[in-house]
Amino acid sequence: MTVSKRRASREDRVVDLPALERVGSAPVLAPTEELHLTTRSAHQDLFEGPPSGDRPRRRRKLTPEDHAATILSMLAGGAVALTLRVLLDQNGILGTLLWWYLSALVVFYILVRDRSDTEGALDRIVTVLIWSAGALVAAVLAWMLAFLFVKGIPALTGGFFTHDMSTVGPLTPGGGGEHALIGTLEQVGLATIVVVPVAILTAVYLHEIGGRLARPVRFIVDAMSGLPSIIAGLLVYTVWVDGRSFSGVAGAAALAVLMLPTVTRASEEILRTIPDTLREGALALGAPQWRLIVKVVIPTAMAGLVTATILGIARAVGETAPMLLTAFGSDSVNTNPFSGPQSDLPLFVWKLIRLPNASQLERAWSGALVLVLLVLVLFVAARYVATRSQRKLRTTR
Amino acid sequence: MIGERGGVLTRPIEIDGVDADVPIRPATRLTSGDRVFRTLATAATSFSLVIVGITFVFLVNESRPALESAGVWSFFTTSVWNPTVGKFGVLGLLEGTLIISAIAMVVGVPLALAMALFINEYAPSWLRSPLTSIIDLLAALPSLLFGMWGFFALQHQLVPVAKFLTGHFSVFPFLQLTRPTATLAQSSFVAGVVVGIMITPIITSVSRDVMAQVPREQCEGALALGGTRWGMIREVILPFGRNGIVGASLLGFGRALGETIAVALIISPVFQANTHILERGAGSIAALIAVRFGEAGQLERSGLIAAGLALFLLTLVVSLVARRIVARSAAVR
Amino acid sequence: MTSIADDTLEAAKPRGLLHAEGEPATLDAIAVSAWFGSSKVLERCTLTMAARRVTALIGPSGCGKSTFLRVLNRMHEVIPGAAISGRVELDGDDIYGQAMSATQVRTKIGMVFQKPNPFPSMTIGDNVLAGLKLSRTQIPHRHELIEECLTRAGLWNEVKDRLHEGGMSLSGGQQQRLCIARALAVRPQVLLMDEPCSALDPISTRVVEETIAALAHDITIVIVTHNMQQAARVSDQCAFFLVEELRQPGRIVETGETKKMFEEPDDPRTLDYVTGRFG
Repeated sequence: MTVSKRRASREDRVVDLPALERVGSAPVLAPTEELHLTTRSAHQDLFEGPPSGDRPRRRRKLTPEDHAATILSMLAGGAVALTLRVLLDQNGILGTLLWWYLSALVVFYILVRDRSDTEGALDRIVTVLIWSAGALVAAVLAWMLAFLFVKGIPALTGGFFTHDMSTVGPLTPGGGGEHALIGTLEQVGLATIVVVPVAILTAVYLHEIGGRLARPVRFIVDAMSGLPSIIAGLLVYTVWVDGRSFSGVAGAAALAVLMLPTVTRASEEILRTIPDTLREGALALGAPQWRLIVKVVIPTAMAGLVTATILGIARAVGETAPMLLTAFGSDSVNTNPFSGPQSDLPLFVWKLIRLPNASQLERAWSGALVLVLLVLVLFVAARYVATRSQRKLRTTR
Repeated sequence: MIGERGGVLTRPIEIDGVDADVPIRPATRLTSGDRVFRTLATAATSFSLVIVGITFVFLVNESRPALESAGVWSFFTTSVWNPTVGKFGVLGLLEGTLIISAIAMVVGVPLALAMALFINEYAPSWLRSPLTSIIDLLAALPSLLFGMWGFFALQHQLVPVAKFLTGHFSVFPFLQLTRPTATLAQSSFVAGVVVGIMITPIITSVSRDVMAQVPREQCEGALALGGTRWGMIREVILPFGRNGIVGASLLGFGRALGETIAVALIISPVFQANTHILERGAGSIAALIAVRFGEAGQLERSGLIAAGLALFLLTLVVSLVARRIVARSAAVR
Repeated sequence: MTSIADDTLEAAKPRGLLHAEGEPATLDAIAVSAWFGSSKVLERCTLTMAARRVTALIGPSGCGKSTFLRVLNRMHEVIPGAAISGRVELDGDDIYGQAMSATQVRTKIGMVFQKPNPFPSMTIGDNVLAGLKLSRTQIPHRHELIEECLTRAGLWNEVKDRLHEGGMSLSGGQQQRLCIARALAVRPQVLLMDEPCSALDPISTRVVEETIAALAHDITIVIVTHNMQQAARVSDQCAFFLVEELRQPGRIVETGETKKMFEEPDDPRTLDYVTGRFG
């Protein structure tokens, strides 16, 4: 938009020059504003004195009346909610807030309707509703994270990372999630090592090669991306674990089944954003397709592929359900993912959170906090890679 | 796609090669590299096909003992779970799963739609990118956290709401209680609300993408006719994005059907369908598998696998239909 | 073609239903400046667009004609970061004042866009009524209103048997006339047209021009056009916009009767432009 405008004005200028010269040499140059005066004399006063009001006015979305209506309806709603709280003998905060909100909304509608038509009032109400939805989602996220931090920080000590649960009874202090941390790193690491090459090659096959398998594979990827995580656990259990024993690598396999479709799909989307001109340019230089893909397409898509992989890992780290049927969990450190049950952070939390003892619950919350911190770090890393690559693209352009 | 184009582009080089031999050499020498690369990519692609094929066979095979013991017909038409006598029936569990998912939809779809419209049409432009991040983060948080928050934090606040609902809206049979002293925690209602919040991100991001494709001139046309912003949304954006919204909601429904850990942490599992949604006790196939599998015997495991197979097929159909609808709405433009 | 001509002739006749409300009004722009973010695109433009007349806004591309037009019905402020100063009066009432909301302004001052934009989710008939649906106005005589508006837009004979088809099934020129009909259904006092023919073929352009000529009797029309011949054919008066230097805002260089502007303008730049020496 701005580019075309700038170009247009440049053209104007080029063709403009002779005209401007002529204007300059003209004996009488009528100023533009005087021309206006000839068109309309009634507003003569506007052009005398200082140029009043040639300061940009932006549209004001909310008038003072709107603010008044908002405050009034909030107060009225609060009164209704408090009255109801007393009358109905309610004790929940959420219920009172709900009542407050609903009655404030009704009052607001009535107030606005008084000033404008139904459609205008509806528009205001919808605006309020939609803003509240945005606030609600943000509030839920904030509440959840705040709750997690408050519950999780007390038991999160240095010992959490250096102890396991093998010698800890339900009432004894100490213990930690060392075994779970080791398990998580090993299982997620194994899954990533398998998934990344397979997913990227599959995406390349789907988008760059497009062979006969493309249709069925895209169908399967679609189908698998909606796969409930517990079913992934069942799949690995029936194929692998049944008859053998639970193991970390079985857990990794389940994670791989869950990660594969999402990473493949995201990678294909990223390959799609690479302009065909780039490919044609390389092919026109005589490069064979595989070199084009390895040297041009994948490096160009690298940041996007890394982002997709990190997000895939972030989702896999927190998977609990499939691990119940594959890694199973244990109380002690098991560094060998290929033999015997292995714990991981989600399993650690899952086992402890369902126990009645306060000390076990505390450990569970600490485990959950570590888990979420891990997810947050991965999430921020993915964002960082994505925005940095965008900035790089913008500067090269 | 690009492969075809590659073929078209390389052919003239070969024809040129008749009189100029220099360019033809790299082309012939490197096709073998191409062949290796293609084989590699095809192998990787087949990997997922083979895996899915094998697992399906295994799943069916492993669920056979339970299906034979209970009978295929009664497996799907009764509501019992008695592994010791080999009686299994998932009807109640299936109904329970659908009830929780339906509640999740009631909570999640309006919230997600409002959020999508908020990001696209209402939020100031500086807020757009942080909001998208919030939605993505909500999608990336483990379901374990949602379950823990739902059980320990949200439930306390929802119980009074449930009390109010059953007290004043008991004309609806599903809001009634079987007995006045029934516990209002660990219910389908609480689980449904939590799952509803969990499926909000996916519905938001898919429907937002679709609604962002409404041509700007259509929106301006509505405003120029004297429409308000809500009028523009109602008459232009929502009709345009209808298919995408339906598809996105179905995707969310598929997620809700398969949600395991959050539901397992909140509900107190039952095998009969509990249509009193505010009351303690709810059914969910996925949660049942998570809770029972560890201590189940051989036959019960087979029963759980069979139940999982039923859930698998259900979610498969839902998510495939959803993907199809979303893809079609994106193709129309 | 003949049927279309008949249509436009018929449209020229005053019709009873039409004049119930929405008498044409004079639109005054007084010292209007406009900004996108911090860049100023219009510099104190003053122009009177008299009732029952067709005013053409001419000038090279990028000189702010379309922005000026959008300021006239408050569509400018839809764009993020947009700002204005000055006043716009509809029969003496400030359209940016407290008394009128943007939606009210837009129902009184209709707009037709460069690219035809009928709503694809609605039928042809529903497209005509779209403005009334948007403002939730009761529509007592649906069919009569559809017929009347389509007739005035010169489209009735072509679509009367297919009112239930989608709006996108029409050709480009028909779509544009559908958009005119849609704007008329709200009974505006002024109709703004932003290069309504630039996306159309010559034949459709002629039909739309005939429609404009027929409408000019009972509505105030302001039209932005690149096409000098079109400006000469359809307009009664002209305003010539120009950006004098790169990155400067556009200004109105000269205004006047179309005949005078094209034959003996006061400003030499106008002469250069209308005779095709630049732009």
